[in-house]
Amino acid sequence: MPKNKIIIAIYVDNQYGVLSRVTAMFTRRGYNIDSLTVGETESPEYSRITITLTAEKNEKDQVVSQLRKLYNVKKVIVLSSEECIKRELLLIKVRNTEEAHADIVEATNIFRTKIIDFTDEAISIEATGDSQKIDAFIEYMKKFDIIEMCRTGLVALDRGGANIWSEHED
Amino acid sequence: MKMTGAQILVETLIEQGVDTVFGFPGGMVVDIYDKLYDKQDKIKHILTAHEEGAVHAADGYARSTGKTGVVIATSGPGATNLVTGIATAYLDSIPLVAITGNVRNSMIGRDSFQEIDITGITLPITKHNFFVHKISKLADVVRTAFEIAQSGRPGPVLIDIPKDVQEAVFDFKKKPVEKPEALPCCDAKDIDKAVQLIKESKRPYIYFGGGAVRTGLGEDIVKLADKLDAVIGCSMMGLSEIPSDSPRFLGMQGMHGRYASSVALAKADLIIALGVRFSDRATGKTEKFSLSATKIHVDCDRAEIGKNVPVDLGVCCDIKDFVKCLTKAAPQRKNTEWIKKVDQLREKESDAYEGLPFLPRDTINIMSDIVKPDTRIVTDVGQHQCWTAQFFKFRNKRTWITSGGLGTMGFGLGAAIGSSMGTGKRSVLITGDGSFGMCLNELATAVTYNVPVTIVIFNNHALGMVRQWQKVFFDGRYSNTTLDRKTDFVKLAQAFGAKGFKATDKESFEEAFKKAYKVKGPAVIDLTIKTDSVVLPMLKPGGTFNNLILRREDISDAEK
Ligand SMILES: Cc1ncc(C[n+]2csc(CCOP(=O)(O)OP(=O)(O)O)c2C)c(N)n1
Ligand SMILES: [Mg+2]
Repeated sequence: MPKNKIIIAIYVDNQYGVLSRVTAMFTRRGYNIDSLTVGETESPEYSRITITLTAEKNEKDQVVSQLRKLYNVKKVIVLSSEECIKRELLLIKVRNTEEAHADIVEATNIFRTKIIDFTDEAISIEATGDSQKIDAFIEYMKKFDIIEMCRTGLVALDRGGANIWSEHED
Repeated sequence: MKMTGAQILVETLIEQGVDTVFGFPGGMVVDIYDKLYDKQDKIKHILTAHEEGAVHAADGYARSTGKTGVVIATSGPGATNLVTGIATAYLDSIPLVAITGNVRNSMIGRDSFQEIDITGITLPITKHNFFVHKISKLADVVRTAFEIAQSGRPGPVLIDIPKDVQEAVFDFKKKPVEKPEALPCCDAKDIDKAVQLIKESKRPYIYFGGGAVRTGLGEDIVKLADKLDAVIGCSMMGLSEIPSDSPRFLGMQGMHGRYASSVALAKADLIIALGVRFSDRATGKTEKFSLSATKIHVDCDRAEIGKNVPVDLGVCCDIKDFVKCLTKAAPQRKNTEWIKKVDQLREKESDAYEGLPFLPRDTINIMSDIVKPDTRIVTDVGQHQCWTAQFFKFRNKRTWITSGGLGTMGFGLGAAIGSSMGTGKRSVLITGDGSFGMCLNELATAVTYNVPVTIVIFNNHALGMVRQWQKVFFDGRYSNTTLDRKTDFVKLAQAFGAKGFKATDKESFEEAFKKAYKVKGPAVIDLTIKTDSVVLPMLKPGGTFNNLILRREDISDAEK
């Protein structure tokens, strides 16, 4: 069976220990998380976790059903790649040298990213976009000397007026 | 009313209908024990020899009564001693509430004396667990814990209560016990589809497990089988839900299941699986499991459907409702060829089993004939467990108590004590010399409370089950499976204050068992079994039920 990129959005009780219950399920059942983000939502009693993973249909069904069994998990939906808006944030720091300087600035323009820190030593850039764009940007930046980078993982919402409580197909 | 946390806990237990708890005291639960002391007329506390014995007892209590078992232990080692028992209950979906004390909130996280993160440790082996930060939450946490333990697919829940919460004072109001939410009913579309699959089938097999026990599904399964002209088999967890002599029942199937039951399952063209999870012990290699058969799987846990074996129709609902609706909707079928074929399998099975004397089977037959129908049959783990599962003739429901999913040696004695405590009936524990050695300290408990438990040790001076694998798959290289011990179990029983008997053959066993079964409190029979007896049939690892080893002669030349 083919493996696909899957985006899962989870509403959980905004309580201590809940994140480890969710991630422990993945560890215990041997599912690999590609990215995970967690944060506050429109209502203070819930947090929203966005998880991306690569899985075949069977695995996806298992992950969703196992998540739904957790007591602190209030809602689990699978976001379809086309029907959702999704973004990731990247911070990347590359070495500033005389030769590279101009190329780096040009790359940030072409990729429509933003320089947020600039010293003689290093240039730090902020990039947002979907994961493919971030991947492409990192790939390009590899020709410079990357000092450090970190990416947040994906966050995603339904398109249009729908929200997590609306009807979704798994 | 203003009460301390410890008092609120005890009051909420009473509110939830708890009349028996098992446990062992310590510094971080001393407040709770103090409040239990006041309520001895309402809650009976059984003090065991070890926390593991207490949790197995609570589990045995739950299995034999259908109620939720309750166990209490102190922080640190008390709590960690519960782990094996909680995992045992988890893998067999047994409703259990484990209560542990912990150090004060202000001491948490400092590696204080006997501080342990028991909610962290038990995270993957509980349905859910709670650390109670504040007294204001305590009563509702306890209520929710019981609800979670019992609802849907049952399981263990742990509540960790720091000492300052036990001491704090808060207002307590009784609440009526809420019934767990009913499971969804079946859908007409699924019934239609199932009827369609039934019409296309000629060799139907109904395969049930622990979910059928939980819902008391026995009679309904038999009715469905009559309508479909189907045969019935079960997993280890399903035993005793329908009487062993029920005409369509082939017994337990699986790695060491009954021959006819396992082979019929492999030959069926339609498998209707009810409250089972297609465990690898029941299916052999799951990828090769009954590939050609159409499968209908009904369970209250959606995650089980398609987890181990792909199915053609998966339904998540109340299995009882499904079976009743399906029985109504299904046409009366006749599968003469299939029933004839299964009868041939049964004949082959009885030829292989019944001819020669075989002490393990013969003693189990003797016990089957002597015990009352409501006697709980409890086992440990090993060959003795498989033999009992294969041969014991169950008549009443919930009379089979065994650790199926985790296979916990040492489960038996605690579970037998808990069973008898819960039902007021006698238990017979069939155990092995290895397993009994793990938790025999609970003989002390059985004697103290004069528990009617008859203990039969199948003493083969070996870790027989492992040894059997060494015999078949490791050229008879018996690494560390010979129990060359000098334990005198008769004297041991006597030393604990129990009765002890010795038996070496069928006749002496029958005599000893009749006596032991009549003893009011605990009695132990040390039955000598040949070291190299084997459990047959046997499924080769990675094999399928089409190539089961049925006879001793078929075991490779390793050792005869
Ligand atoms: C706690 C635990 N440790 C180890 C095992 C592995 N194991 C399974 S059966 C068995 C042998 C059991 O010996 P005994 O109780 O004497 O039963 P027999 O097979 O001899 O009837 C062992 C060691 C287990 N199931 N549980
Ligand atoms: Mg043994």
